[in-house]
Amino acid sequence: MPQGIKDKVAILGMGCSKFGERWDASPEDLMVEAYNEAMQDAGITPEQLDATWFSTHMEDVGTGRGGIPMSIALRLPNIGVTRVENFCAGGSEAVRAAVYAVASGACDIALALGVEKLKDTGYGGLPVATVGTYIPQWYPAAVAPANFAQLAAAYRAKHGIDKATLKEAISQVSVKSHANGAKNPKAHLRKEITVDQCLRAPKIAEPLGLFDCCGVSDGAAAVIVTRPEIARELGKTDLVSFKALQVAVSNGWEMSSSEWDGSYFHTARIASKKAYEEAGISKPREEISMTEVHDCFSVTEMVTMEDLQLSDEGKSWRDVLDGKFNADGAIPCQIDGGLKCFGHPVGASGIRMLYEMYLQLQGRADQRQLADVRTGLIHNLGGQPNQNICSVSIVGRLGE
Amino acid sequence: MTIGITGFGAYVPRLRLNRSAVTEANAWFAPGLKGKGKGQRSMTNWDEDAITLAVAAARNALPASVARDQFARLVLASDSLPFAERLNAGVVAAVLRLPEAIYANDLCGAQSAAVSAVSQLVNAAKAGEAGLLVAASNRRTRAASPAELDYGDGAAALSFGSDKVLAEVLATSALTADFVDRFRLQGEDIDYYWEERWVRDEGIGVMGPKAVSQALNDACVSPDAIDHFIFPTVFRGADAQLAKKCGIAAEAVADNLAATVGDTGSAHALLMLCSVLEQASPGQTILLCQFGSGISCALLKVTEAIADFKPVKSLAEQIAAGKEENSYTRYLAYKGQLKLERGMRGEQDKKTALSTSWRHHDALLGFVGGRCTVSGDVHFPPSRISYTPGAPSQDTQEPYPLADKKGRILSWSAEYLSSYMAPPHQYGQVDFEGGGRLLMEFTDVSPGDIDSGGEVEMVFRVKDVDELRGYKRYFWKATPTSYPASENSNGEQV
Repeated sequence: MPQGIKDKVAILGMGCSKFGERWDASPEDLMVEAYNEAMQDAGITPEQLDATWFSTHMEDVGTGRGGIPMSIALRLPNIGVTRVENFCAGGSEAVRAAVYAVASGACDIALALGVEKLKDTGYGGLPVATVGTYIPQWYPAAVAPANFAQLAAAYRAKHGIDKATLKEAISQVSVKSHANGAKNPKAHLRKEITVDQCLRAPKIAEPLGLFDCCGVSDGAAAVIVTRPEIARELGKTDLVSFKALQVAVSNGWEMSSSEWDGSYFHTARIASKKAYEEAGISKPREEISMTEVHDCFSVTEMVTMEDLQLSDEGKSWRDVLDGKFNADGAIPCQIDGGLKCFGHPVGASGIRMLYEMYLQLQGRADQRQLADVRTGLIHNLGGQPNQNICSVSIVGRLGE
Repeated sequence: MTIGITGFGAYVPRLRLNRSAVTEANAWFAPGLKGKGKGQRSMTNWDEDAITLAVAAARNALPASVARDQFARLVLASDSLPFAERLNAGVVAAVLRLPEAIYANDLCGAQSAAVSAVSQLVNAAKAGEAGLLVAASNRRTRAASPAELDYGDGAAALSFGSDKVLAEVLATSALTADFVDRFRLQGEDIDYYWEERWVRDEGIGVMGPKAVSQALNDACVSPDAIDHFIFPTVFRGADAQLAKKCGIAAEAVADNLAATVGDTGSAHALLMLCSVLEQASPGQTILLCQFGSGISCALLKVTEAIADFKPVKSLAEQIAAGKEENSYTRYLAYKGQLKLERGMRGEQDKKTALSTSWRHHDALLGFVGGRCTVSGDVHFPPSRISYTPGAPSQDTQEPYPLADKKGRILSWSAEYLSSYMAPPHQYGQVDFEGGGRLLMEFTDVSPGDIDSGGEVEMVFRVKDVDELRGYKRYFWKATPTSYPASENSNGEQV
């Protein structure tokens, strides 16, 4: 059995740019914004960084390929910069790489930074990604909303839920996130919405409407990690540490077998189970204080609650309607507004989720601050329901 | 040895353009067309062309019991082949999984091409080679022209051989003449044609009787013995006139399907033949003729075996199952005659790696997956390593064709985001009977036509068009085996 990552690495500092339609900023500007805040928070100089991991997805319209764009933008002292790309889970992957580097002892202090400049693509949504020369010759030119919308069709068929009830439940997911995002100055969308607005919104992909889809925005987020003893040497107290970092990647089973019913994420079930084991959590509903879930679409968040064992199978729609995941519910979810209100600058999202956990665990979340936050779970997803990369990370106060 | 037709099948696209929708839309410009505004004509969906039509007809002509490795020849006759260079028949052969050693060729240039090819296939059959003749047409016409209303899109296929012959070929005849009633230069896509009366009187009226009597004389059959006279023409009454001149009974003149399908060009004689064969009785005599750069004829005699053959889907059934289309702009757009705003998602580069296509041509054209001989699991695309939880077997997959398998919809959505010619774009995961799963596009569907659990079947269609380089690629799509209720062209339930 691996020893796991629990409490071996702590967060030294974090930063996050304002997310939104950042017409004023280049990806380099966004990187600097997140980096400056993180470095200031950590209280270190660039020479103290040993290595960095850089997460960005759409190189063609963003920074270009490789690690050089980040090294130049931040004028790093010729240290290693590795570009990480794992679809929308890239941010969490950059964190994992930096954390592992520190845990191994190969680095003392490492930086992970993610950025994406979606508003320079010109699309009102994610552009279609290239997937090699073979797949496009048989696979439909599918878009993300329709891939995720299929969860709804399969979930309804499996659990015998009528269309209207499911639509109301997923609308409530968005209503909750907007209520939270309205309180967050760094969020892109800061207006509260109603269930009625969700129901009346233009249809994007049956049954998802406009308010069931996350925003398209620009943003960057950064984290600096080190070993706890170094953090203390640097004068840090009240440390937030990593309890688990797990990633599960589809091997094609979902699309090759008739066993998967299309209503859940196979990888999320595997990654969360392993993460709970790594973190030593046996009763997630009691031990997880809050979650940041990859809510690219409202239905994604709803079914994920079952995958994370935070709802009973076939009952997440009921929990959502009962407010279990609201700010004042049993396990608040997307207290920062989530992808729904931050939008989803692909390479940055996983680190942005960690940023909110960090603030909450340190009691620095201002108006959004929850009481008694001890353990937070981050769920970051790349790909689509039938073929994906699922990252589940758990963070908490060091030693607890 | 009896030589002749051993199987037949036709294909008419599901969409039927309401002719009055066309005449109404064009009334400001061409009020004289109003008289042609009756009935329907068949029209291709955006993802159909002469190749996909040909495949659909051939699949209807070849029930699963027919061994495909028997065929040694394939002829694809068409006036509207998508590729000027690339063997169109080669695509059809690959899709039908015909033997690699087949002689396949494209035949074009005259409307009578398909009928003239009958003698070629008869000669091959005499030499012991079974063959397949497919004719397909997806013609373009100018907006507000009579041709736009007269024509239809469709295909027909006939198999030839000496085993279980349904209709014996008694004789064939040809008359070749550079009588230019119509023409189209290489690179142009719309025909230019000359006056109807001249074509009818100087062309059909003069050449028809010569070619007909030659075929009848060769077989020693008297004209009054003809039970079915097939002569496609858009000229009203020209078929009956020719029959009369040849001494053929007026009752023998076959319905040219003008009211329901329209004239399907190169395919039309064979299409009408399929319609006749679906109703013909043993012993009846059929005279098949088509005009174009001369005239070609084939004289057939129906055998007792006709009772034992049914196309996979009959033409009568297809004609009855049409879906009326009332949008003239949809018709124009599908024919490539109306440039619609496709948005930024329509700018996507659709370059095809030809080397990749070739490496996977069995999967892409033949729709062949892989079945693991150890676990029985079916994979598409086929792979080196099979996935069975805990037991990945390597190099155990054998070819496993999926085209004729029915499927059930596991999950689906209908989206309005992507650039798609028939919005909403509908796709979802399909589970195949006997194993296998694929995320597939649904075609020939409107909102409300599909849901989880619905049964689908496979059709071969255009997957993508690379307009930058002028290339088309094809793949299989799912279409419902039954539709929930009748609906109008806007997909609204009526």
